Amino acid sequence: MSYVVVGAGPAGVIAAETLSRMGHGGAITLISGEAEPPYSRMAIPYLLAEDIGEEGTHLRHADGHYEGMGIDVRRERVAAVDSAGGTLRFEGGGSMGYDKLLLATGATPVRPPIPGMDLDKVMSCWTLEDARGIVAGAKPGDDVVLMGAGFIGCIVLEALVARKVNLTVIEMADRMVARMMDKTGGDMIAAWCESRGVTVHVSTGVVGVSENGDGALTLDLDGKAPVRADLVVCATGVASNTGFLEGSGVDTGVGVIVDEHMETSAPGVYAAGDVAAGFDFMTGGHDVHAIQPTASEHGRVAALNMGGRPTAYRGSLAMNTLNTLGLISTSYGLWDGVEGGDEAVSVDRGRSRYLRLSFRDDVLVGCLALGLTQHVGVVRGLIQTRAPLGGWKDALMDDPHRIMSAYLACAQDASRRAA
Amino acid sequence: MQKSLLIDPDKCTSCLQCEMACSFEHEGSFNPARSRIKIFEFEHGKRSVPYTCTQCAEAWCLHACPVEALVRNPDTGAVEVRDEVCVGCKVCTIACPFGTVNYNPDTGKVVKCDLCGGDPECAKACPTDAIVYVDSAWTGFDRMKQWARQTDTRPMAGA
Repeated sequence: MSYVVVGAGPAGVIAAETLSRMGHGGAITLISGEAEPPYSRMAIPYLLAEDIGEEGTHLRHADGHYEGMGIDVRRERVAAVDSAGGTLRFEGGGSMGYDKLLLATGATPVRPPIPGMDLDKVMSCWTLEDARGIVAGAKPGDDVVLMGAGFIGCIVLEALVARKVNLTVIEMADRMVARMMDKTGGDMIAAWCESRGVTVHVSTGVVGVSENGDGALTLDLDGKAPVRADLVVCATGVASNTGFLEGSGVDTGVGVIVDEHMETSAPGVYAAGDVAAGFDFMTGGHDVHAIQPTASEHGRVAALNMGGRPTAYRGSLAMNTLNTLGLISTSYGLWDGVEGGDEAVSVDRGRSRYLRLSFRDDVLVGCLALGLTQHVGVVRGLIQTRAPLGGWKDALMDDPHRIMSAYLACAQDASRRAA
Repeated sequence: MQKSLLIDPDKCTSCLQCEMACSFEHEGSFNPARSRIKIFEFEHGKRSVPYTCTQCAEAWCLHACPVEALVRNPDTGAVEVRDEVCVGCKVCTIACPFGTVNYNPDTGKVVKCDLCGGDPECAKACPTDAIVYVDSAWTGFDRMKQWARQTDTRPMAGA
């Protein structure tokens, strides 16, 4: 049996390791598109902030880790897949066959269709190679513009401030981290950043970027004065890497569509991580949850199925946590509430504390938090178990900060019922 | 023989000796706010519940870590944080459905119970045996009951 895993991010690496641990003895090939040992993009901001060196971004640290597990790591980029014939073709020529294939090709940054986005000093922050460019290009005191204040933009924001640049953030949406925070929380994060010297423009489009003649760039903004930049970091979003699957027989939408066993429309071909549109635990529909826990769970479940141990995945829960210059924000599930549901909200702008719990009947379905660092994981526990909160819901409506007590009380009640 | 913490909330008097001992062992100061084990009070203090990591088999935290900063100690079975590798991304803190991995803003790292390397200070400090450290096999039944409390809230079946 030959197992081929395309993509050496967390989903691909965990899948290859899981296949190895299953002990079938088949050949396991892990195909990496980059000239680096398998690494974590999530760790790149900490590299930019000089908290860690490049080796600190590596997914695995032991010498000979992959060889020791019988995993053959190959540097190739896949140009096309023929799922009927069970073969891959590489960009550099050559091909290989597979019995079971995992697509874990992740995502690629996308840039808005405006003039100047191809200039050298407009960079993405996605790969280790990008990070090297930013380290070389962003010196203390430089004017740096961050386009996009989404999750990735905000992680990069922290690192750029650590590099002591003069930072301006430009975001088209009406708030920062719009996909993980409501207007109240997004505005509190923006106020926090501005009080620490970062200029934040929300509801602002960049019309174009041009060279200004003195070696720097000028960003023309929609309805606001132009901004000077020595470097522009573009973090305006990513898209799943599905282009090479055209004509492959694998169905794609916003990502590669997979069933509960992480298998695609093509038998024997699976998908995991940022490229996969897997089941969403909350909605039951398909969605790409481009987050580390989902990549990890996808990779493991896909490998178990590939290795012949049928394992259903109940779906991933959207969750995120972010540190924006010391302000910790967290989101879970259906944080913007559900129709007919209730909301428990506690706001303390002075201390930058915010907690919003969303319920359907007496079940927690979503949460937003600013400044919550202790026992935050119980929110996941309550959402994913769909634990009925009973009387604790009223207690949480009065004071959402009692979430840990509610968790313990409901977990204990469940155990008493079981006894 | 691996051992595990066995917690009996009915015996807990909320004296906080466990929190003091834990914080002193890990942080060098008596600071319950920095303890890996926490006492939660219910019914206005009539009932107290010591709560910490069960070193669960699923190890959500370990699998969610992007840089291999969480590893299982083969001797104790504890999942431990390697401070020198942890980048402080906090993904483990949201991935653990039991809420037992916490972020320490002062150090920029996460903290969790590590069973003190096999000699847990909380159990030694507990004056009422509400927290004991016992052979996992001997207490198989009790431990299963304890774990039932936890695994009842397990978010993902199978896998």
